[in-house]
Amino acid sequence: MKANKSVFSSLFGRQRRGRTVSILLVILAYIVLTVMIRSGNLSRLFQGLLVPICCYMVAAIGLNLNVGVSGELNLGQAGFMSIGAFAGICLSGRLAPLLPNTLLRLVLAILLGAVCAMIFGFLIGIPVLKLQGDYLAIVTLAFGQIIKSLITNMYFGFDENGFQFSFVANTTKLAPGGKMLLNGPMGATGTERIANFTVGAVLVLLALLVVYHIMYSKSGRAIMAARDNRIAAESVGIHVSNTKMLAFVISAGLAGAAGALFGLNYATLVPNKFDFNTSILLLVYVVLGGLGNMTGTMIATAVLVLLPELLRSLQDYRMLIYAIVLIVIMLLTNNETLKTWFGKLKAGKGAAAGKEG
Amino acid sequence: MKNGLKKALVVALAAAMASAPAALADGAIKIGGSGPLTGGAAVYGQAVKNAAEIAVEEVNALGGLQFELQMEDDAHDPEKAVNAYYVLDDMQVSLATVTSSPGAAVAPMYAEDHIFAITPSGSSLDVIYADSANLSGAYGNVFQMCFTDPNQGTASADYIKAHENLGSKIAIIYKNDDNYSTGIFNTFKAEAAVVGLEVVYEGTFDDSNASDFTVQLGQAQAAEADLVFLPIYYQPASLILQQAQAAGYAPTFFGVDGMDGILTLEGFDASLAEGVYLLTPFNADAEDEQTKNFVAKYTEKTGEVPNQFAADAYDCVYAIAQACEAGGVTADMSAQEICDILVEQFTTMTFNGLTGTEMTWAPTGEVSKTAKAMIIQNGAYVGVED
Repeated sequence: MKANKSVFSSLFGRQRRGRTVSILLVILAYIVLTVMIRSGNLSRLFQGLLVPICCYMVAAIGLNLNVGVSGELNLGQAGFMSIGAFAGICLSGRLAPLLPNTLLRLVLAILLGAVCAMIFGFLIGIPVLKLQGDYLAIVTLAFGQIIKSLITNMYFGFDENGFQFSFVANTTKLAPGGKMLLNGPMGATGTERIANFTVGAVLVLLALLVVYHIMYSKSGRAIMAARDNRIAAESVGIHVSNTKMLAFVISAGLAGAAGALFGLNYATLVPNKFDFNTSILLLVYVVLGGLGNMTGTMIATAVLVLLPELLRSLQDYRMLIYAIVLIVIMLLTNNETLKTWFGKLKAGKGAAAGKEG
Repeated sequence: MKNGLKKALVVALAAAMASAPAALADGAIKIGGSGPLTGGAAVYGQAVKNAAEIAVEEVNALGGLQFELQMEDDAHDPEKAVNAYYVLDDMQVSLATVTSSPGAAVAPMYAEDHIFAITPSGSSLDVIYADSANLSGAYGNVFQMCFTDPNQGTASADYIKAHENLGSKIAIIYKNDDNYSTGIFNTFKAEAAVVGLEVVYEGTFDDSNASDFTVQLGQAQAAEADLVFLPIYYQPASLILQQAQAAGYAPTFFGVDGMDGILTLEGFDASLAEGVYLLTPFNADAEDEQTKNFVAKYTEKTGEVPNQFAADAYDCVYAIAQACEAGGVTADMSAQEICDILVEQFTTMTFNGLTGTEMTWAPTGEVSKTAKAMIIQNGAYVGVED
């Protein structure tokens, strides 16, 4: 009986309810959507949007760990996605002749994408996270641009004699049968599309588990303490830059994994895709969903990715309406009257208002 | 976010997802297509859309075949192009995409679903080949109305070699984050090495510094280049011409089809473009009936002189019409049936359009037509006689 109660409280208790709710939501959405796909009730447009939505969700969840939980502004999340995407595409392209199993190849690509992005995140974090202030925002902003420029000028391919690489000018001379993995501004082309919704949903679940595990652990409390008051946190012996590093590297890793899945969902991927706008878009998902609120981030991501597609019937006015809707949502979600109203609604139901919301 | 709002959003989402695609139109063959109708490349998407609409109206007015056109926005983004492809669920024939990268993203989908597509202006080889590096794995049902990028680079190098009075020391300024520009640059350079052209300077720019070219021009001048090859679009080219004049540097400028449109650019002093050479398949000042009619209608509709993108789109619709008529395509056929017929027609027919005469298509989807060399004289494109 006691054991049951502790399982219950760890799942639905006030502090950990966020995790349960978001994970159940993902599982439920996955089941509903799968049933809809199987029974032919989901239009092809929405089927096609499922994988990108999963990718943006994972990257946004990671970013929320960094921005919401750790309190460090990151303006280069798309740069990490880019690293993960092109690393994953290169691995998948290279392994394609050797490893016909697409699922295994996809998983390996996602892992490599995550690891590469984490390495870059770690290297950037070493100097920057030791500083106080908004330096991470500046450095990640620059990082995103640098990664875009670097990949735009990279030519990377392989043939039976091994890999060939050139920079700025394309001097690679591949033997017949060779394959260009990165082709400068053209990016990766002719990519085998091996991403699927199931892997996407699993990746979202994993991202949630990782992020919540950190948030609920001792390190997570240290991260939040360092966010709320750096001096107080240091005074109780928390190594602030290390805790921030943990959040930043995990955030980068999730973006890398998301990027790899994204890249392998399209036949072609241009480096310009992951520009400053994409970083800001991810930040919008996070801010709209609520800092530190993973469920909100997921919903905001899904809504904002779907919105432009749903507004297609408006034709030329589409992006105008999209911007207006965005502003309205921002105003509404931050409206004090509405907040109190929802608060009362919650209190009326007897549900305790947790930290989330 | 609070629970109530959450629920509302979830319900809205579910409702949106359940909405069924639009119903099939009756009696008309549905042509789909996507292009950048918004964003930085919107000028190309709008040109294609307007010209295709004109062509569809004209074909419909003839009373025989009936077309219905649906152009979706892809904002020059492969991801959105894929979305647009799914939106165009019930199309029977397609204009594919206006630009190259989105085209490369959707081409395999056209191949898988077996829908005939001809892109007006997606010039990259990746649009028609799954493996462009080896020129293998052509999709077979994705065709091009425009030249491929390599074709333009090679043709330019050959033309410059054949006309040595244009210049002997060549400088190239290209946009290195643009696949169109780098595609032409790479093949131009390769062909220049083969035919023995002397390239003395290669300058680059990208999106973030596409407004100041004084450094590139200064270096080209220092390298004593007497011909500057500009495989770029006309907006940066117009700045290069302005800044070259300001610097007192007057080499021969040589552009490709992206240069087309420079004379109608707002706020650009057309006299700066005097003497600029360009290789392009379309000339809005041509005297033939077909071109005159198209230019008049396009100008009436949009208030602008059509560029080569518009002409390519116009030709696409007419080529589809010609193939449909010859193959006996009717509106009640499935996209797959139509695809088989059109592929057969396109690989065997000859088409005369605005952008060339006696056009034929290879089974890979590549078009064969001749580029015309034009020179800008007295504010107009004039064909250069060999």
